[in-house]
Amino acid sequence: MSNLATISDQAKPRLPRGVHLKHDETRGEWLLLAPERVLKTNPIAVEILKRCDGTATLSEIVDDLAAKFNAERDRVDADVKALLSELAAKRMVDL
Amino acid sequence: MNALETTPTPIAAPVGILAELTHRCPLGCPYCSNPIELEQRAGELETHDWMRVFSEAAAIGILHAHLSGGEPAARRDLVEIVAHCKKVGLYTNLITSGIGLTQERLKQLADAGLDHVQLSIQDAAPESADRIAGYKGAFARKMDVAKWVNEAGLPLTVNAVIHRANIARAGRMVEFAVELGARRVEIAHTQYYVWALVNRKALMPSRAQVDKAVAEVEALRETYAGKIVIDHVIPDYYARYPKACMGGWAKRTLNVNPHGKVLPCHAAETIPGLEFWNVRDHSLGDIWFNAPAFNAFRGTEWMREPCRSCPRKTVDFGGCRCQALALTGDARNADPICHLSPHHDKVSEIAATFDEVDENVPASDYNYRMLKTQVPA
Repeated sequence: MSNLATISDQAKPRLPRGVHLKHDETRGEWLLLAPERVLKTNPIAVEILKRCDGTATLSEIVDDLAAKFNAERDRVDADVKALLSELAAKRMVDL
Repeated sequence: MNALETTPTPIAAPVGILAELTHRCPLGCPYCSNPIELEQRAGELETHDWMRVFSEAAAIGILHAHLSGGEPAARRDLVEIVAHCKKVGLYTNLITSGIGLTQERLKQLADAGLDHVQLSIQDAAPESADRIAGYKGAFARKMDVAKWVNEAGLPLTVNAVIHRANIARAGRMVEFAVELGARRVEIAHTQYYVWALVNRKALMPSRAQVDKAVAEVEALRETYAGKIVIDHVIPDYYARYPKACMGGWAKRTLNVNPHGKVLPCHAAETIPGLEFWNVRDHSLGDIWFNAPAFNAFRGTEWMREPCRSCPRKTVDFGGCRCQALALTGDARNADPICHLSPHHDKVSEIAATFDEVDENVPASDYNYRMLKTQVPA
């Protein structure tokens, strides 16, 4: 698995072509679709992934989430890096 | 019987549709998943039929549309079909041999919203690859196609079916996929149904070859972590438990054949007595929930022992119905791959006959897949 320390705060994460975040009407849930993969996505992950537009830096994403949800920045930072490193290992996020 | 009524488990929506747009294909791979009785061009669904099928698929909750064949590029309306899938919100995956694609056509497909390309390679060694495909020049063409896929900005998966003639290069195929720019590779050991069952004698490797190849590919997971995703389908003839075939019969996906017949899996037509419905007569939703073939082995009620009382019955669903039929003569039996099956010794006997084989397979040993009557492409 990728090391959390390897994700730079200046990385601009994005969903690569072929990976979509989609709200599925039939099942009433958010899903991350990739080649031969469907991942159920919890509300926190949805908020993170919606911000992975290839423009915002990781540090900006963390600031934004911490402010919006009035949460401790270190905690948010750890959550975001954990999710993105897991998805990067599956090649579902580009860093 | 229990006096209490059991609440039937609701049937979940399907997640994937495998659309066999045509059975026409320039290649003749001896392990092809298409049926022995290939459907002719005459009678293939028209563009508007497929569009309706994909609209219905999206409406009942299908997420992934796998555009397959035969060779889907043999359909002149492929770009139109992809555009329609995109419009109705389906994730589109093109499963192709690459033959029939041009750089221009790939650009059109990318512009139409294609999400992903899965390109087959028969071997990492060109001559062997062309011999397996039964098509001279296929390998070279595939190298061009991989390049065009990358240039069109489309994500690429390389798919390799493993058998005796290429098993020595199973690990090499992973490296080769990386070199071709793939983000994902499928190393899939041959499953012995239909064409592969006909060709089993020429395809099946020895236990020693399998063990070596599997270990080689598994070791590469770490080497290429974060670089390429490896999906590894290991051969079941040497397993203790069967695979959860299709993730359970009529549980996750459906196949539509070129003439509109809807099947729970590729090989379902090998099972006698099943009644399949056609998209010409029924909506896809009606078929998924009500077609007799879909309900024949859905859930666990149809099971016999040793499956019926087995704690794994909702893990592997009794394995594969088609394999149970092919090897035990009855589709309701446990898949004999399972060591608990009373027929398991048949599998071990078959496997044991391959103890001494090596990787050299004369081409004349293959029964290449082909349409009964050759139709011009």
